[in-house]
Amino acid sequence: MRNIKEERNEAWRADLRAQIKVKERMMAPRIHMPEQDALERSRNNKEVNLGLTAEQAMTEAKRCIDCPDPTCMKGCPVSIYIPGFIKQIETGNFLEAAKVLKETSALPAVCGRVCPQEKQCEAECIYVRSGKEPVAIGHLERFAADYERESGHISVPEVAPANGIKIAVVGSGPAGLSFAGDMAKMGYDVTVFEALHEIGGVLKYGIPEFRLPNNIVDVEIDNLRAMGVKFITNCIIGKTLTIDDLKEDGYKGIFVGSGAGLPRFMSIRGENLVGVMSSNEYLTRVNLMDAASEESDTPVFLGRKVAVIGGGNTAMDSVRTAIRLGAERAMIVYRRSEDEMPARKEEIKHAKEEGIEFMNLRSPIEFIGNAQGRVTHMVLQVMELGEPDASGRRSPVEVPGQTETIEVDEVIVSVGVSPNPLIPSTVGGLTISKWGTIEVNQDTMQSDIPMLFAGGDIVRGGATVILAMGDGRKAAENMNRWIRK
Amino acid sequence: MNKIVSKEYFSENVIKFEVEAPLIARSRKAGHFVMVKVGAKGERIPLTIADADTSKGTITLVVQRMGVSSSKLAQLNEGDEITDLVGPLGQATHIENFGTVVCACGGVGTAPMLPIVAALKAAGNRVITVLAARTQNLIILEEQMKQLSDEVVVMTDDGSYGNNGLITKGVEDIINREKVDMCVTIGPAVMMKFVSELTKKYDVPTVASLNTIMVDGTGMCGACRVSVGGKTKFVCVDGPEFDAHQVDFDEMLMRLGGYRDIEREEMERFTCKN
Repeated sequence: MRNIKEERNEAWRADLRAQIKVKERMMAPRIHMPEQDALERSRNNKEVNLGLTAEQAMTEAKRCIDCPDPTCMKGCPVSIYIPGFIKQIETGNFLEAAKVLKETSALPAVCGRVCPQEKQCEAECIYVRSGKEPVAIGHLERFAADYERESGHISVPEVAPANGIKIAVVGSGPAGLSFAGDMAKMGYDVTVFEALHEIGGVLKYGIPEFRLPNNIVDVEIDNLRAMGVKFITNCIIGKTLTIDDLKEDGYKGIFVGSGAGLPRFMSIRGENLVGVMSSNEYLTRVNLMDAASEESDTPVFLGRKVAVIGGGNTAMDSVRTAIRLGAERAMIVYRRSEDEMPARKEEIKHAKEEGIEFMNLRSPIEFIGNAQGRVTHMVLQVMELGEPDASGRRSPVEVPGQTETIEVDEVIVSVGVSPNPLIPSTVGGLTISKWGTIEVNQDTMQSDIPMLFAGGDIVRGGATVILAMGDGRKAAENMNRWIRK
Repeated sequence: MNKIVSKEYFSENVIKFEVEAPLIARSRKAGHFVMVKVGAKGERIPLTIADADTSKGTITLVVQRMGVSSSKLAQLNEGDEITDLVGPLGQATHIENFGTVVCACGGVGTAPMLPIVAALKAAGNRVITVLAARTQNLIILEEQMKQLSDEVVVMTDDGSYGNNGLITKGVEDIINREKVDMCVTIGPAVMMKFVSELTKKYDVPTVASLNTIMVDGTGMCGACRVSVGGKTKFVCVDGPEFDAHQVDFDEMLMRLGGYRDIEREEMERFTCKN
């Protein structure tokens, strides 16, 4: 563990602080992430955010005043040593910055891209309290991780001597990868079992290439391999192998990060028409199966008038995918107003720039199809905002008698998922909530089966990559403690 | 990677593979299926497990050449590897002693019926199997079925073999002849629809094994959803077997046709290349 106070007092840090006055640091405006032109990018699948240059990163790093009490770290679910890596960037020591990141995060290049920093570390930045734009921590994180990868000098985190204790991980998404990385560092013999044919879980099947390129995920996975983590694809725990099989094979601990499962639908008329599908199906076809490319055998319907139902990040990913696949009209249909949208502000902004239409305060009540059963229209109920509900958001209420009928040829339903049912339905002795999630001790992530820990969407229902990673980290720390006891 | 141990042609377009998959062979039960993908850019397709040999560590899959993906699989030979194979998936068939069970299967649906017939027989049922196909050379697994069933009735649409007529005639004749407690049907969706309509008329409880489109096959995408008793169910995790009388077969047929145009184009391209 680092002693943050002591490190801050090291000579190089003190010198660095002395070079520029705090007032001067705080005068500088926040850097803006260079982006691909909106029109151009809406026709390709390349990454939207282009990344900072070294010069931009060093300039932005100067804005960080190296607080004695870095509140930003409290906002980070995996407690990345934020001032530590930013100050390394300020001195131009980019590889060292990447090393600092990798101490706590198994996937810094991923987090730098998909974390909602504006609600986490950056929300706690001292700048926000003085009404200024926070230090671009996320952009800097991405810069350091990308710099290291592109330099060809990828450091492998230090691994404790092998202790020979076998640990199984169920699912290779962010929770599982983060857990696997931490356990490998502590010297455990870690094997990750993945049900699909690709490693990465939602990072591969869910998040599109234009937001998180697959090769970046692969590099982070290779890094885990270099730390000794083994991966087995096409193996479903609970089906191909049972928990008892794993015990018999000598596994001493199991972490379940099996993620999201069945997509939710709205139970309205016409929802099973051809052309109406879940965002999981649409994104899996396009991302995991590469269905839009000529070489892929998996088909995907290329809608011309596409409606995506929902206001979360997955809805944004789906609608922005649709426009890239040639949709003339790509629409978000959301029952509340933009203020209540759970999607990241950046995603909403990017979507708008790319020509996505936002039909807010609208809720579908029926889909209409043609003789072949293909969807042709949707009927929307116009809504208005009423009193705040349990989530604190103003709840939508129907405006009586006001409906609209809109032509569509593809509808993507993105109103959430329920947890993957495979483990809850095949492992006896677990407590399962009424939502289908595995119940764990919130402080340790341990389930009612002592050797079984869990984290990510299988525990939370539906959350973010970084919260899943935080769970994996917490579970690793506590499983280690439990095994050592 | 899973190696193909043997390949056998049941007919020109229906092929039986024995594939190395020791873990699946050990854990599978009648009614389970696997997802198969051939090639790096292959499609994931569901195939019901027709048999397994735990001592050899193999499972048996029967595939009918239909579109690009099944053709790619059909092209593989003994010694080749299947790129990706995962399972066993779905709920196993509910087996108990019902009394007399009619197992009505058509075409390639006969293969996944085999382990169900075996399990029903082992549970003490009287099993009458109705094998149906358009014509004689599409009747498969007749010998194996004869060994496992108390009686086998063969039906061909053109009367080239066995009895002349559709599967429904075969089933109806049995129902009119003796008391039937249960019916299991596997085959093309339209066939299962008509078997189900018939048994509903006679009030014979019926289970159908549905073969919908799937992408992941593990309960994630919802491509396989069907309406059963007015509720949306997922074939991959809730099925593949359902109370046939509750299944909305018309909706299922409509959904199965969803990618027909794209599939036809892909198939034309594939045929030109090969």
